[in-house]
Amino acid sequence: MEAFTKHTGRAVPLRRSNVDTDQIIPAHWLKKVTRDGFEDGLFEAWRKDPEFVLNKPERKGATVLVAGSDFGTGSSREHAVWALQNYGFQTVISSRFADIFRGNSLKNGLLTVVLDQKVVDALWDLTDADPTAEITVDLEQRKVLAEGISADFELDENARWRLLNGLDDISLTLQNEADIAAYEATRPAHKPRTIEV
Amino acid sequence: MGRTLAEKVWDDHVVRRAEGEPDLLFIDLHLLHEVTSPQAFDGLRQNGRQVRRLDLTIATEDHNTPTIDIDKPIADPVSRIQLETLRKNAADFGVRLHSLGDVEQGVVHVVGPQLGLTQPGTTVVCGDSHTSTHGAFGALAFGIGTSQVEHVLATQTLPLARPRTMAITVDGELPEDVTAKDLILAVITKIGTGGGQGYILEYRGSAIEKLSMESRMTICNMSIEAGARAGMIAPDRTTFDYLEGRDHAPKGAEWDEAVAYWKTLRTDDDAVFDAEVFIKAEELAPFVTWGTNPGQGAPLSANVPDPASYEDASERLAAEKALEYMGLTAGQPLRDIKVDTVFVGSCTNGRIEDLRNAAELLKGRKVADGVRMLVVPGSVRVALEAVAEGLDKVFTAAGAEWRHAGCSMCLGMNPDQLAPGERSASTSNRNFEGRQGKGGRTHLVSPQVAAATAVLGHLASPADLSDAPTLVEA
Repeated sequence: MEAFTKHTGRAVPLRRSNVDTDQIIPAHWLKKVTRDGFEDGLFEAWRKDPEFVLNKPERKGATVLVAGSDFGTGSSREHAVWALQNYGFQTVISSRFADIFRGNSLKNGLLTVVLDQKVVDALWDLTDADPTAEITVDLEQRKVLAEGISADFELDENARWRLLNGLDDISLTLQNEADIAAYEATRPAHKPRTIEV
Repeated sequence: MGRTLAEKVWDDHVVRRAEGEPDLLFIDLHLLHEVTSPQAFDGLRQNGRQVRRLDLTIATEDHNTPTIDIDKPIADPVSRIQLETLRKNAADFGVRLHSLGDVEQGVVHVVGPQLGLTQPGTTVVCGDSHTSTHGAFGALAFGIGTSQVEHVLATQTLPLARPRTMAITVDGELPEDVTAKDLILAVITKIGTGGGQGYILEYRGSAIEKLSMESRMTICNMSIEAGARAGMIAPDRTTFDYLEGRDHAPKGAEWDEAVAYWKTLRTDDDAVFDAEVFIKAEELAPFVTWGTNPGQGAPLSANVPDPASYEDASERLAAEKALEYMGLTAGQPLRDIKVDTVFVGSCTNGRIEDLRNAAELLKGRKVADGVRMLVVPGSVRVALEAVAEGLDKVFTAAGAEWRHAGCSMCLGMNPDQLAPGERSASTSNRNFEGRQGKGGRTHLVSPQVAAATAVLGHLASPADLSDAPTLVEA
């Protein structure tokens, strides 16, 4: 995973709540067996509308997505995170994220930032009025900064540490292999098995 | 202080607990399918890792599988590659796989329980959000992303922060024609698509205790649509009876040991939930969705709501957008909504009880002119059971299409899709924009409402059938 420390970029204000992962990346894209090449599938249905915010020329190259509440609901598809990253987004801001999407994002270095809806509204107003306005997301300071806006955000210390250092979860877990083996030795015999080994 | 069911199962699986770190949880059962696993197996290969516990891992093909002509090569080359990738990965790593054509093939959340692999007090994960289904057995079961699939394959554990707990207590008697599906749709509308976020739900109360395992699975299945991490129901005699004798259920002395353990898996009387919701079963009615998320629902007898009636600006905007997409007008009676397609199936309502309920209403009746009805059993075993009971004949005599097992039109990754603008009554779990096909419009319903709707051609409950003009050829 790539480390995330601090990012500054222009934004896409997505004034919609309940953006489910079927909208972020429709199911027919899930047939791919790689982690890349999903950028053209991002918000595919909505992008057919020339007025959709992502299609506006002034949003080209934007890297910060500011979305409505309950972003990433529905399917567990990690492809949603890959699609956002493949397109070029580094961070997503919302007042509430669905659990599985949030977990997936943090495991891929896409920083999902939870801010009060009032701050999201202010970011929407700012970036709607001025498409060149930049937003800075600083993970070290746990702060979001933009013209006239400064907001703190929370992220648990362990997740923050892994993101700042770009650490791989599996390697970290395998450092505790002895604990796993010890646990396995105590599992009751009645627990289900899929095959005899 | 006492503990909740979720806390007991969680505590029993903690491999490692350290200050400032998430708990490392042991995973008892890892289910795989073709869509969310290829990149995980690739990750193992790149790092020279193996599957740690093949004996706790099982795979099935479901999302891409066709439901007709299954003996022919799969027409869509991309779907074919994805299925072939799973077959190669399973062969390379030694994972047990049930492929298309195998008698144990089917939707992953139907296959696990019917094999007896899903058991009380276990932790179950799958790269699929509807893994919450397995919570019906008192298992702690939740969907994970592909990075976590790789993590479980390599370590049989997951680092996780413990969610809070929410009790959803449903007391009383469900009225006639009100099913588990109506109940869970009403719960989601009440608490919202984000209402369960950060929680494990526990469904309890006298109305829940009376439900069959199939109905309990329908309820737990849709916990994710309320934003919850998982949904659980305490195991009881109904659970034990369902499991006894199944292929992978414990046998002999191990059965007695297991049951003794399972009986301890109840929320203690003095345990405290972080949140509680109470619902009176008597007040529920057949329920349908009118919008584009599962929280936009109403009793079938209601009218399409007026977006202006929402105080919250974002809910108002969401309702406006939903009505526009769905082609509906505020104030229109839900019962007047005509459908083109009826889909019975999915991990929500593709089990034998669901097919029986739909078939009972279709017996001696016909699917309305111009309506296409697809019946897709959740697994090959469910299909065989239905055929043995003659249900397939009931469906085909009524004019419905009887298909092979798979996820099918729930998400349209195979050829079973809605055309743009087409409207369905669907027993599946998501009414998102384009979920069942680009431009398709979905109303979520129970199998009973699906069957009544198929006969009448518009959203309808079984009670509406008694005065249906198209009835009965005896």
